[in-house]
Order: sequence, then structure tokens, then C-alpha cells
Amino acid sequence: MSWSLTPLEIEALGLSLKVAAWATVASLPLGVFVAWILARHRFPGHGILNGVVHLPLVLPPVVVGYVLLVALGRGGALGGWLYDTFGVSLAFTWKGAAVAAAVMAFPLMVRAMRLSLEAVDPGLEHAARTLGAAPLRVFFTVTLPLMLPGVVTGSVLAFARALGEFGATITFVSNIPGETQTLPLALYSFTQVPGGENSALRLAVLAVIVALVALIASEALARRVRRMTHGEDHG
Amino acid sequence: MADRLSLNVQRRRGDFTIDVKIDAGPGITTLFGKSGAGKSTIVAMLAGLIKPDSGHIRVDGHTLFDSTQGIDIAPERRHVGYVFQDARLFPHMNVAQNLRYGLGRLDADKRAETYARVVDLLGLEGLRQRRPANLSGGEKQRVAIGRALLSNPRILLMDEPLASLDAARKSEILPYIERLATDFDLPVVYVSHAVEEVVRLSDTLVLISNGQVAAQGAVEDIMGRIDLGPLTGRYEAGAVLSPTVDAHVDEHHLTKLNLLGHDMFVPSVDLAQGQRVRLRVRARDVSLALARPEGTSILNILPCTVREIQSGAGSHVEVALSVTAMTNNSSENTPQTVLARITQKSLSDMQLAPGKSVHALIKAVAIDRHSLGGHGAGTNRR
Repeated sequence: MSWSLTPLEIEALGLSLKVAAWATVASLPLGVFVAWILARHRFPGHGILNGVVHLPLVLPPVVVGYVLLVALGRGGALGGWLYDTFGVSLAFTWKGAAVAAAVMAFPLMVRAMRLSLEAVDPGLEHAARTLGAAPLRVFFTVTLPLMLPGVVTGSVLAFARALGEFGATITFVSNIPGETQTLPLALYSFTQVPGGENSALRLAVLAVIVALVALIASEALARRVRRMTHGEDHG
Repeated sequence: MADRLSLNVQRRRGDFTIDVKIDAGPGITTLFGKSGAGKSTIVAMLAGLIKPDSGHIRVDGHTLFDSTQGIDIAPERRHVGYVFQDARLFPHMNVAQNLRYGLGRLDADKRAETYARVVDLLGLEGLRQRRPANLSGGEKQRVAIGRALLSNPRILLMDEPLASLDAARKSEILPYIERLATDFDLPVVYVSHAVEEVVRLSDTLVLISNGQVAAQGAVEDIMGRIDLGPLTGRYEAGAVLSPTVDAHVDEHHLTKLNLLGHDMFVPSVDLAQGQRVRLRVRARDVSLALARPEGTSILNILPCTVREIQSGAGSHVEVALSVTAMTNNSSENTPQTVLARITQKSLSDMQLAPGKSVHALIKAVAIDRHSLGGHGAGTNRR
């Protein structure tokens, strides 16, 4: 058995990282915004928004994938509009895979950010306002820096969740090698063909390594950020 | 001089109603009262962090809130400096960054000079690179005061800034606060439930009780009123005298004061001759005698006239006494009141009644040292 990766493995790994990275980065601003709305505001529909955000956590992923297919497929209302206006097609492309991964990872991202935001003392925000800072400046100079540990944790959790996304992805964008066949999908394919056990095992080990590296890196990063935001002089 | 602050606000939540009218000139206005009296809510309304139901707030001629005209200026545009009990320094910034946070409201050409002046006044030079997590409680409050001063305020609000500090830290910060109002020509609204801070700092004292203004005026007048006893703290009732420093008696570690021509002795205070000081004398530390006693260890004997007697249900009564002036120097003759707490028995044995002459006896060591501080409405405070 060779230690070097086969072209197919490299392709699946690269695609997985690309999809997960895009899913995380693109949903980051919306995640911070939704966390802020949920943590700092009470309004009619607060409970509904909270429920919708958390829905992917409890729904079968196939259902999420199916909803995405109906809404964002080229025949769907939103998907049709996207295609007509921007010429963007999500169904059966890696972009669609990123959308599916982002939706599935979103609740984890928002949860971590919201927890961290709720730990930020609103008194500090009040103090900033009496010092002449308008709400937007307060957010970017006080609130956001102080919730940064949660932003890091939320992003890493979302990234890890996006790497592992399977059900919604295969339902929405299918299993196309080189386009939508991420690591979990490739692994699944190998388990479906005779003699694929060895390749499946290699991919499984690869998935474990990537996830471990991501978690360890996030811990180190979160520690650093925490020291930076709440820290001692020579942190 | 015109009022620097005119506040008349109402706010009702549940069965607690705040309805206050406060007019304050320059100097330090203290809001004094028990916890839960509504003091903090009043300053939060001034800062725009809590909205009154009705009324108006004006500072130096600027209307910050007026319900009839629909004016409600946002906190960031009110130019109100706010020092919180818990300092509220930004933990992710060092001291210098905290200090500079509100500097943008100051004219660009004045920033460097004001910054240097505030750093110097509050002794912050050595702290500038430190993070709030590494500051002591007293240092944090000094930085918080500096940060508020540097945001170009028209008024400075201080909400129990010393409440979380021990006695040593308190006496470290009090002199800075005393200098603020005069050095920066800034009206200060100071919230406290600690009587010694109020006695030392007040130019105007506003007594807050249950969401209302119970009394407003000079400290000496309000602390000398028997009827306010339950509000100023019954157990700790005591009047405030304002004598001037006469001489230091170093061999006995005493300072000799002059009160309406009478000598008083207190434990040494480090103040210049001629300076007016305030001292609080607790009612339970005052004894009365019909004749001037001879051969006594009591150093302070003040001839007085009984002004008012208030008997309670218990064994004791409170007696308000006006100190009899010995000099006729009119500028010195601000009326001085002493409160005494004596037993019902002594009252009837001595046949005390309003108008009767007595001598008030005060032990020098009983005088509340914490309340001793140089004071003189806007004059040479050092």
C-alpha cells in the first residue's frame, strides 16, 4: 500500500477543502449578523428565526438537500432567477455543494458566536456610546473584537461540519467526480463497488486526519485570540 | 451663575416611580440616598442610556431630552462623560487605547495637550501600555475617569465610582475627583450612598429617596436637619461643620480649627492655614452640658442654643443645636449646626427646650477622619 495520495484522493480532498472553506467564509458575515440579532434583540418572530436557523440541525439532511433542490435548482423560483439574472447555476456544481454545506453548518456557527456574544457585557457597549461612538462603531470596535473567540470557534466548527457534509450535498448536487464528489461522497462511492474497501479505508483515515488537524488548530487559535482580547500584558 | 444642569424627569416602571427635579450649578452635585432609591437610573437617563417617560434634560443650554418637543439625543451625541462603578474599561485595549477611545470628539488641535494634561493629572503615565486585566481597582477607576474626561464632556457623571474599592484606594482617588470640577470647569454629578464621600465632595447635595428629591442644598444644611435623619442614615446621623484651619499643633499631632471664633482640635490634617474644611460629627459622639465643664479631657466645647428636639419611640432623642458665634465677622458667620443624640432621661433631667443655652462636648478622636477634606466652593482647593 502506497503512502502517497492517488489523483482521485487528491481531487476529492481538494474539492472538500474548497467547498468547506467557501461555505464557511461566505456564511461568516451572515452568521455574525444573525448571532447578533438573536443575542441582542427581542422582536416578534425571534423564536421563529431561531427555529429556522437551527432547523438543519434536527432535520434529516436529505430533506434539506431536497428543499435546496426545489428552491435553488434551475427550475426553482430562486434558482431560476439566479440563472436568468447572473447566469449562475448551483444545482450539480461545486458552488451548490458549498451552499448545501453552509446551510447544514450554519446552526453550529451561529450557536458558538451567539454564546460568545452573550458573554460580552452590554455595559461596555453603553460605555462606548457615552464616549461618542455610534452603534456601528461600537459593534466593530467593542462587540466584534470581544466576541472573536466565538467567531473562531464557530468558524472551525462550521468548517469541520462542512467537510463532513453528505446527505444534503448528494441530494442537491449529486455525486459527480471532479465537480461535487467531496471526500465523504467519494468514500461512499467506494463502499458501493466490489473491491473498493481498501480505497474507502484510505479515505476514512484521511478524513480523520483532516478533522483532527482542524480541531487542534482551532484550539490553538482560540487560545491566542482569547489572550488577545481579555489578556495580560505580555500575552 | 446660571444653572449648568436642569433636569426634570419622570419615569414609571411597575410600582416604582421616579419623579425628580434637579438644578445644579458648577462644582460637584452629589446624589445621595440608599441603594434602590433611583440614583443610578437618574444618571443613566442623563446619559441617554435609559429613556424617561416625560420631562426635560438640559446641560449648559443644550437640550438633551424634551418629551414635549420630541427631542431625545442619542448617547453618543450628548457629550456626557460617564464613570461607572465597575470602570468598564475595554479589556481588549491597553490603557492608552482606552484613553483615546473618545478623543475624536475633541478638536484635533487640542487633543495632544488635553491628553497630556489628563495623563498628568491622574498619574497615568506609567500605566499606558498596561491592559485593564493587570490594573488594580483604583488604577482602573483613574483610567475610567481619564477616558471620560478625554471624550470632551459638558458634564461628568460618576456612578458610585469608589463603591468597589477599599478605604486606602478611596482616599487615593478622592483628591483627583475633588480637583476635576475646578480644574476642568466641569459640572460633576456624583452618585453615592457613602456619607463620608458626600460630605467631602458636595458643592450641592441632593438627597434622593424612593425616586423623589427629598431635599436639595448645601451639605451643612441638609445633614443638620433632624427630620431628614431617616434618609441620611439614622444610626449614623451627624451634622457637618465647616471651620477653617487655624494652626497645626505638631507636638500633639493635632490641628487647631476655628469655628465661628471657637477653637476646635482634630487629629492632624495636611491642609494650609485659612483653608475651610468640612468635618462630620456623629450625633452619638456629642454630649451636652448645661455649664462649661472644667478639668475634662474633652477638647472641643462649643456653646450652642437648642434649636429643635425630635423624640422617637426609643430611649433616645435627637437634638439640633445652633453654634453660638463668638465673632461678629460677618463673612465667617455661616450658621453651624451640631446634632446630639442623648437619652430621654437626660433630656428631662436637663430640662432642655428650644432656645435654651447648652455646651456641646465633642471628643477630638471621635471626629470622622474620612470626612476631613479641604473644601471651599470653587476656591483654592489643592
